[in-house]
Amino acid sequence: MHSLKPLTPLGGTTPRRDEYPGLILMENPDWAMASVAARAGSVKKLASAFTTFAQGKLAAVESIDNSGKITNFWTAPDQWMVMAPFASHESLAADLKAALGNTASVVEQTDGWCRFDLSGAHAVNTLERLSAANSRRMQANRVCRTQIDHLGCFMLCHKAGQDFSILGPRSAAASLHHALTTAAISIA
Amino acid sequence: MIINHPLLGPRDAQEFTYLGDANLINRPDWQAEDAVDQFHEYLYQRDNPAGKHRELWYHEAGDRSWLVVTRDTLTHEITGVELARDVALKSGRGK
Repeated sequence: MHSLKPLTPLGGTTPRRDEYPGLILMENPDWAMASVAARAGSVKKLASAFTTFAQGKLAAVESIDNSGKITNFWTAPDQWMVMAPFASHESLAADLKAALGNTASVVEQTDGWCRFDLSGAHAVNTLERLSAANSRRMQANRVCRTQIDHLGCFMLCHKAGQDFSILGPRSAAASLHHALTTAAISIA
Repeated sequence: MIINHPLLGPRDAQEFTYLGDANLINRPDWQAEDAVDQFHEYLYQRDNPAGKHRELWYHEAGDRSWLVVTRDTLTHEITGVELARDVALKSGRGK
């Protein structure tokens, strides 16, 4: 048996936390993720199978749905990303595939992404220096795909003007973190 | 330029990548007798209108959807934006 230690996307054994006046930037690695894409003509069947599985709904355009046991957000027409705490949902993709069958294609996304949580009064000031997304007018439970330093990222809003998450490619976690900290320092 | 995405609303054209004439959707039948001629037309012959032009744009920095945008090449006025998928389905593709 190998004695392997899990590392966060930034390479640490514990999540990185940066504090600035008016902003806390947290690496948040503890998420299991899977993408769900409806097969042609199966959107309605997929929606009901998903509701049976998760007791929530598939999110509307540019929205996050937290109403069920697990969270999902809209990524593109007929495509969603499903997220749940890693500790309790390590086999999320396999569980989804078993529940959704041939209504959807499910792809494991855990560890494909890094997640940084921004909270505080300066969250919007930081984000609007980095991205064309209209973070200042984003409402709670809204999401959009945008580019930060040439990296395709999802921007999730949990509380308008206050709490945001950025999901970016894990392989570029340090670059994304550098961009976020550079913007944060420029305000502080 | 602002492109009024049918699902996401107005978005800056910088978020998009331009492909070209929307006729690229209408791929010829490769089994037709004159398939070689049709593919020559499809691949190499392009209209270059001074005026209304239907073109394909890809929302690369957004939801990654393909759009058919109707744009006036003289004024850059955009008069119509549709999801390319809807355009293709309407023309009988995907059956």
